[in-house]
Amino acid sequence: MNIDRHEIKVTVNGTPYRRSVESRLLLSDFLRHDLLLAGTHVGCEHGVCGACTVIVDGAAVRSCLMFAAQTDGRSITTVEGLAPDQEHLHPLQESMRDCHGLQCGYCTPGILMTMKAFLEETPDPDEAQIREALSGNLCRCTGYQHIVEAMQLAAQRLRGSST
Amino acid sequence: MKPAPFRYVAALSLEQALALKAEIGDEARFLAGGQSLVPTMNFRLTQPTMLIDINPLDELAGIRNGSDTLRIGALTRYRSLERDPMTAVKLPLIAEALPVIAHPQIRNRGTIGGNLAHADPASEMPAIVLTLGGRLHAQSVRGERWIEARDFFVGALTTALEPDEMLTEIELPVAAADSGACFLELSRRRGDFAIIGVACMVRLDAQGECIEARIGLCNAGDGPVYADESSGSLVGKKLGEGEIAEAAALVQSAIDPGGSIHASKDYQRHIAGVLTARALTTANKRARREH
Repeated sequence: MNIDRHEIKVTVNGTPYRRSVESRLLLSDFLRHDLLLAGTHVGCEHGVCGACTVIVDGAAVRSCLMFAAQTDGRSITTVEGLAPDQEHLHPLQESMRDCHGLQCGYCTPGILMTMKAFLEETPDPDEAQIREALSGNLCRCTGYQHIVEAMQLAAQRLRGSST
Repeated sequence: MKPAPFRYVAALSLEQALALKAEIGDEARFLAGGQSLVPTMNFRLTQPTMLIDINPLDELAGIRNGSDTLRIGALTRYRSLERDPMTAVKLPLIAEALPVIAHPQIRNRGTIGGNLAHADPASEMPAIVLTLGGRLHAQSVRGERWIEARDFFVGALTTALEPDEMLTEIELPVAAADSGACFLELSRRRGDFAIIGVACMVRLDAQGECIEARIGLCNAGDGPVYADESSGSLVGKKLGEGEIAEAAALVQSAIDPGGSIHASKDYQRHIAGVLTARALTTANKRARREH
């Protein structure tokens, strides 16, 4: 079987890319191997762990359950696109640091991207809503308590910065 | 953990997608949300030679109002159903189940048609569509047809769809004013597959007597289960503790759950009874509020 390739144009973190991708290339591997954006982590590769979560056209999705070929014409945000510049962190990242919301950090990029989309839609969530939003992201270190606290703090900071 | 090679075709039209499927047959798969198909491909449990991506076909998504039915395009994503205020009013059973169907990121991509065509016995939506007595619309180059939900689900991961057919639309009856519905499931973690899930709907007359009851279950057999005898046992009665307990016992004897390392058959059967009783009690209360 000849390798089936497709030309795609995709915008990642504001930068337009043009690449030729094999059909079976997962979006997660495209980001990591082709664009060298290795901040998107790959955990289970079957949609369970949430580590590979990225934002595609505004919606948080599992990048291991999409093919790169499907992203032609789309706009993607990865964890590398969160911080405003080299010196500053995004309020979500700052809050994770301040609240000790990570230990090994493997799940963190997925959690950040999930919660970025969530907090844009739900700027003033209660704890139950945060836990529900986090339900698709596995963390085996923290027990989630510090992550939930970090998200409460981040929501507060994001509300403060937008008013 | 990477898919085997395949040809990818982004569909340009429904006609083109159907023509390709007719040509390639079982070896080709339609790619909708991909939230069930792609994991099986990543495990190489499924190795289609072609994926026909129907995501570009906007006409397959969206909800259309009928007089007493709703027609939901197969490509309608769960997130859209969740956000649509009409869902809670007209399809309360679905509205109640949506938050426990996988996780937000999965529901952002997952579609109702893909979920139904995948026909996982543990999945919520097949049981709900069966409980509501929905119909499923299939199209192929040969034409189109409606399939009743009770004929659509043939067995585990098996539907009545022919190799050249695509599920394009789902028709569901709108909740009647005299009805109450309830969906309950038990799972090990929120968003996991249910150990057992129960969907039920009851309609009451002005005296509070049941004029129709429908009970369905997920993960209780080879496919979604409609509990015929149990549902029928409630008609003409006021739903007191005794009637509900009897219906729950009938459900327990009617199902044949598979059992797993996490939940034995006996445990699943026990839980099916508990959840049926709870769901019926709640549905009955909700139906009474309407009078």
